[in-house]
Parts: sequence; structure tokens; C-alpha cells
Amino acid sequence: MEEQDQILNDVTQGDYKYGFVTDIETDIIEKGLNENVIRTISEKKNEPDFMLDFRLNAFRKWQKMKMPNWAYLKIPPIDFQEISYYAAPTQKPKYESMDEVDPELIDTFNKLGIPLEEQKLLAGVAVDVVMDSVSVKTTFKEALAEKGIIFCSFSDAVQDHPDLIKKYLGQAVPVADNYFAALNSAVFSDGSFCYIPKGVRCPMELSTYFRINAANTGQFERTLIVADDDSYVSYLEGCTAPMRDENQLHAAVVEIITHDRAEVKYSTVQNWYPGNKEGIGGIYNFVTKRGICRGVSSKISWTQVETGSAITWKYPSCVLIGDNSIGEFNSVAVTNNYQQADTGSKMIHIGKNTKSTIISKGISAGKSDNSYRGLVKVMPNAKNSRNFSQCDSLLLNDTCGAHTFPYIEVGNKSSIVEHEATTSKIGEDQIFYCNQRGIDTEKAIGMIVNGYAKEVLNKLPMEFAVEAQKLLQISLEGSVG
Amino acid sequence: MLSIKNLYVSVEGKEILKGINLEVKPGEVHAIMGPNGSGKSTLANVLAGKEEYEITSGEVTYFNEDLLEKAPEKRAKEGIFLSFQYPVEIPGVPMVNFLKTAVNEHRKNKGEKELKAGEFLKLMREKMDLVEMHTQLTNRSVNEGFSGGEKKKNEIFQMALLEPKLAILDETDSGLDIDALKTVAHGVNALKTSENATIVVTHYQRLLDYIVPDFVHVLYNGKIVKSAGKELAFELEEKGYDWIKKENGN
Repeated sequence: MEEQDQILNDVTQGDYKYGFVTDIETDIIEKGLNENVIRTISEKKNEPDFMLDFRLNAFRKWQKMKMPNWAYLKIPPIDFQEISYYAAPTQKPKYESMDEVDPELIDTFNKLGIPLEEQKLLAGVAVDVVMDSVSVKTTFKEALAEKGIIFCSFSDAVQDHPDLIKKYLGQAVPVADNYFAALNSAVFSDGSFCYIPKGVRCPMELSTYFRINAANTGQFERTLIVADDDSYVSYLEGCTAPMRDENQLHAAVVEIITHDRAEVKYSTVQNWYPGNKEGIGGIYNFVTKRGICRGVSSKISWTQVETGSAITWKYPSCVLIGDNSIGEFNSVAVTNNYQQADTGSKMIHIGKNTKSTIISKGISAGKSDNSYRGLVKVMPNAKNSRNFSQCDSLLLNDTCGAHTFPYIEVGNKSSIVEHEATTSKIGEDQIFYCNQRGIDTEKAIGMIVNGYAKEVLNKLPMEFAVEAQKLLQISLEGSVG
Repeated sequence: MLSIKNLYVSVEGKEILKGINLEVKPGEVHAIMGPNGSGKSTLANVLAGKEEYEITSGEVTYFNEDLLEKAPEKRAKEGIFLSFQYPVEIPGVPMVNFLKTAVNEHRKNKGEKELKAGEFLKLMREKMDLVEMHTQLTNRSVNEGFSGGEKKKNEIFQMALLEPKLAILDETDSGLDIDALKTVAHGVNALKTSENATIVVTHYQRLLDYIVPDFVHVLYNGKIVKSAGKELAFELEEKGYDWIKKENGN
């Protein structure tokens, strides 16, 4: 309840909270995209040949592809030649202790409310901080190493574990899967790699904080998580970005592969700059996230709280190959002002007795558009499979929009697919009831919205749930009246 | 404390209140009775500041300040409490969080320190006994899954926590069995002081057996057509509202 209070206090502060720029020298390569740029990136990262081949293959395919236009989004033209595809802090840090870390950087983390040292002590969370594409600091690495867990930056993984990368990269999201995944595969700068060996339960939540910092720098993260037989890991991803006038493109790829009886929980809180109240600026967020339940009885669950970005295009999906495997998608997506979100999930049932659940809670305010788009596909051989989908939309006024685009394809007769959808407007009676108890309208809406999203928020790990509640409240500021 | 002068109120162009006059002083209990559709609930909602009502003329002062220009949450924090005829459900919001926020908003307004979780829980336990609230109810979402009686008890429980100066009970007796009615009335009486006032809005006389009014007003067709002591309530119970209707030419 203390936290609830804090959340309520925070609401009184108006604008985008994380809009500041860290002044760290940045090494940026020239704008533009061609094979040379890709070779330069690969070279700068000292990559083995298979990586360069992977990138070039993706690039050549990307050149033949077109921007997808099927989403319910108005996407301004993006000039891919006006983007710089590589930025790294010049201070290449490999620190022994926190004292050696650039104080300005520590300050940044403090503003974000994620002081590293405190996190180390309190939460027991290993943090792999990605700042402008290159990993700056990795903690708990040794504690994890004892269990044989690999958790490191993608670049390090390419150097230290090339066999694993070669084996799994592009398995869940093939290079030519879609336009943005192809772009990412060609130019991705860094990200995280995580491998949980057979029979190991990861003793702590793994988390990565992404942060876009240099102006005009596209951010192309790559995350790969592999859970071997009978293993378990919970992975957290959280994002904040400084305020910018120019739009910034983000095209990340996350791949998860689970073997027999393994489980991966992947949680995201996304709070990038959504643009100003007039719809100027903001991040364009085109993300491909896919998990493959390759092993029998394995499980992948995606939980996301999406409050930021001017445009969100994102469909975390599960391909249920192993018999009895389980896929879950839990989402809260908030849009305010001129934000646009087209988000949802795909559940592809291939193995027998596979199960999937989709819970989507959309909240629209201002003049925003918020769409759920989902595909549930049951293949002929996926006998006795089950899906349950629930898509709720909450409208805060009558200038915003909520849309639902469910696609269902069932290829056999023994499977059951259920879809429920509701659309409601926030109750004026509820707000008045709160008012009458002394709670002003802004706080009342924060409470009601948090109550509405509770089912999903409850799926988040504790420390994330608190942050997510704050974000819901903050992102709906000024949405009343 | 409260002074209503010549108040006219419309909803969607239809005139509901047609010149209400009422004075309420500290320590008093006023009952407003009347047949269905006479404007009782409208009056209660207008005092609490519900938006959909249009005040066409008249004035309402509360402690010598214009009440009508104040936002509903401001009125609440200055001591006006409405016990809702139909308490609203807010799914997913725990009672405890809701109440703690409400109490602390009141405290902030008075310049008092906000209560910490532990202090609040202690206060809550104290007040729960008053209306026999059960812990399992306060652990639920606001009014969600509450029976009709539990909702009404919950209103009085909130009243106990917020300690209003002017409590308006809108049909608090509706949907209550006799035991629940007694419990609720007991709560209201226990909260009574010489400093605060209560307006009881009711259709039936039976609640007034337990909450004894100093004044009874009959609201009919948007006007207070009769005011007297508590004996008026008995007369209404006995004769119904027809004679009022006849007296007022309908």
C-alpha cells in the first residue's frame, strides 16, 4: 500500500518522466545502410564469418521486402538511409567495482529508479544493462556461472559461445520472417543471450534494461534465450528512453527456445517516449518476439505492459511443437494522445494436447488507436488442443478507438478454441463514487485502470508489477476531461 | 451548516427540483421523505456534486461558502458524505487500497499526516466493529460480490472512517433485512455528535424507528410541501402519500 501511495504521488508530476539525455561520448558510424555498413558492424564487433553471412543473407532478403501495411496503423515513411546503425559508448567498460563506473551513467540509472548497487543488494537480480547497444555492466555473472547458466551480452556470446549462437540464432525468427526482423538480423548491434542448462532452475530473475540514448540512432536489439531440458528461467525486460523530437526507430527481435519440460517466463514493461501531446516525436517500435516450445510439456509465457512508443507493432507468439506444451500471452497496452498500438499474439498449435491462453487488456485514451490482433492456429495433427482468448478494451473517452482483429483457424475436430471479447467505457459512476470519497478524477482513473489490468499485472514479478502500476498511472495523465 | 435557498435543478431539460429551501444545523437529523420520483435522490446527488444535473437557479451554502462551485472531491474532503443508494462496484481495486487513499486524501486536506499502512489497518479494525464488517469483505474489490446488505454496511463503514460533518443517507434502508437495518442504524447513531448533521433520505418510515429525526420534510413534485417533527413520519406511514398528493392538487 505504501507503494500504491507512491504511485499516487507520482501522478502529480506531469510530463514524460524519463526525458533526459545522458552526456556520454558516443562512437557513431555514419548514417546509411548498405553492405559496407553491415561489414563494418560485423568487423567492429570482431564477429566470426558465420555471423557476417547471417547478416548479409538477412540484408539481401530485406532489400527485396516491403514495409508491411496490414496493421491498423498510420506509419509515416521511414528513411532507412537517414539512420546510423551503430552506436557504442566510447568508454569500453569492464569494471571491477561500481566506483569505476562513469558517475554520469550511475546518475542515469538513479533517475530511472534502478540504482545498480541497490538492485544488487535488494532484489537479487542480475542486470545486464544495455545502453546504446553495447553491454555496459553485467552483474551476478559468476553466481550464475556456478550453475552453468550463461547470461551475457549477445556480442560476448558470439565470442565465447559461437556454437550455441550458430545452433539457435534464427531458429524461432528466421531472417526473412518479416521486414523488421530481416532488418534487425542484418544490423543488430547487441542484446542479451541466455542459456539455462539441463535441469537447472535459474535462482534469480534475469533482467535487462534497454535504453536508447544517442540521437538518430536506430536501436536493434537481439535477444536469444535457450532453456534446455527441465530448466526454468524468468526473464525481465524493461525500457525507458529520453525525450526526443525526432522519431526513433526500434526493431528488436527476441527468440526463445524451450526443450523438454523447460519453462521460460518473459516479462516486459515498455515505456519509451510516446511523443508529445500533439503526436510529435516518439519511438516507432516494431518488434518480433517468438518462442518455440520445441520440447514436450515445455512452456513459454509472455507478459507485457506496453505504455510507451508512438507506434507499437508487436505480436509475441508461441509455436507449440512439443506435445503437451503450453503457450501464454498476457498483455496490457495503454495508448494516450496520438499513440497507435497494434499488438496481440499468435499461438500456433502443432503438437498434440497443446494449450494456449491469450489475455489482452487494451486501454485507450486521448485520440489514440489501440488494436488487438491475434491468430490462433490449430494444425490438423494438433489433436485435443485448447485455446482460450480474452480480449477486453477499455475506452476512457469518445475520441479514442479500440479494435479487435481475432483470426482463428482450427484444423481438427478434437480441439476447442474459445474467444471472449468485451469493450467498455470507463464508468462515470465509478469515478463519481471515488470523487465522493475525496479521490480526484485523475487518481480515480488510475485506480480503476489498475483494477481493470490487475489480472495481467498479477502475472508480473513483484518489482515489475510496482513499476507497471506507476506507468499505467503516468501514461494516462491528462487523459480526463 | 447547510443552507439551501430556492434551488431549481433540471436533468436533460426536465425540471426535477422546483424551489427547495432547507436549513441544517450541527447536531440535527433531518429526514426527507416522499413518494418515488419526487426528487429525493436528485437532491442528495446535487449536494454531493454529481455532474449530470443542471442547477438553473438558487443557491446552496455550506459553512457559509458556495457549495455548488466546489468539485465533488473537494466537497467530500470538507465533510460531505453520501451513502449511495446503489454503491458502485470497482473490479480489481481492493477495498483496503481504496479506503486508505480516501482517508489520506481527507487527512491531506486537513493538513494532517498521511497514515502509514500499519496505522491505517489499525484504524480500519477499530471502525469495522461498529457495523460488523468482516475482514473478508475488506479484502475484496470495492463492493464486488457484496450482497445488497453488505454494500449498505460498507457505506456506513466508510462513513465511520471518513467522519463527515454532513452525512446524506440516500435510501440506506432499501434492500436491508431487519437485522442489517438495525446494524446500520446503530452505526449511524454511534457516529452522531453535536457537531455533525445527518440527512436521511427515505421512502419508508421504518428506518426512522432506529434513526430518530429532529425534522421530517415531505418532498413532493420537486418541492418540500410539509415540514414537521418526527410525528410526521408516523402520519405518513399510517396514511401513505396520497393525502399529500391531494393537498397539493394532484
